[in-house]
Amino acid sequence: MSVDLEHYLVVAALLFGIGLYMALAKRNFVGVLMGIELMFNAVNLTFVAFSRFAQFAEGVDPLRGHVFVVFVITVAAAEAAVALGLAVLVYRNRETIDMDRMDLLKW
Amino acid sequence: MEDTGSIVAFWVLTVLTVGSAAGVVAVRDLIRAVVLLITSFLGVAGLYITLSADFVAVVQVLIYAGAISVLILFAIMLTPRASRDNAETFLQIPGLLLAGLVTFTIAFVSLETDWTVANNSFPEDTTAAIGEALLDKYVLPFEMASVLLLVAMLGSILLVRPEGTKEE
Repeated sequence: MSVDLEHYLVVAALLFGIGLYMALAKRNFVGVLMGIELMFNAVNLTFVAFSRFAQFAEGVDPLRGHVFVVFVITVAAAEAAVALGLAVLVYRNRETIDMDRMDLLKW
Repeated sequence: MEDTGSIVAFWVLTVLTVGSAAGVVAVRDLIRAVVLLITSFLGVAGLYITLSADFVAVVQVLIYAGAISVLILFAIMLTPRASRDNAETFLQIPGLLLAGLVTFTIAFVSLETDWTVANNSFPEDTTAAIGEALLDKYVLPFEMASVLLLVAMLGSILLVRPEGTKEE
């Protein structure tokens, strides 16, 4: 047996599902953020796997997948900094970061 | 990949990554969840190495396992009276169903599709090639990323600055 593209894609699918569940259902704001980071990781793993295994057209550098992953990680870092700042701000104003109780904008 | 070493490495890293990601969901204490999350990030870095993406693996360790985990830990520590538990909202069942459906769909599609597979060979270390690509073909997104990081940094400093702080 050998390790192929499909193996990595299934691992990425599992990671993405776990992250999606956390982002949808966790009560703590920080838990939701952890789910989002897990989803980023799953997508990055897919990029790198395709860059290693996929058939590219003539003249296309497979390393562009890696470049894209570097950009995704940059944006994820910026997103994490702003989101965690928001978490601290919400906590300072409302004494909670419970997703069930952050409902000021809810009908 | 055919040799025994990379097959064993793949399976060990997969169990490590997916297992600790499942632990992040299941563990009741947020601090322990962050520790498991770091383990999961390190497992993904190992998977990058099995895909011969050495630069991306090191970046993963530095930024995800290092910086982002520390940020998450800080956010947990700075919200002390918020509930530390990792419980679910009332959306638990629909969330579980939707996540399961998405996972099943992606896994099914990736197993059923007949990918045109190649075995791309990368240079011995990918760092030089990535650096050249970043400063040559992708120089505009590269510069935009630096502006984005600056704006994000300024924005988060402004957000969490205490009310009424004045410059002297």
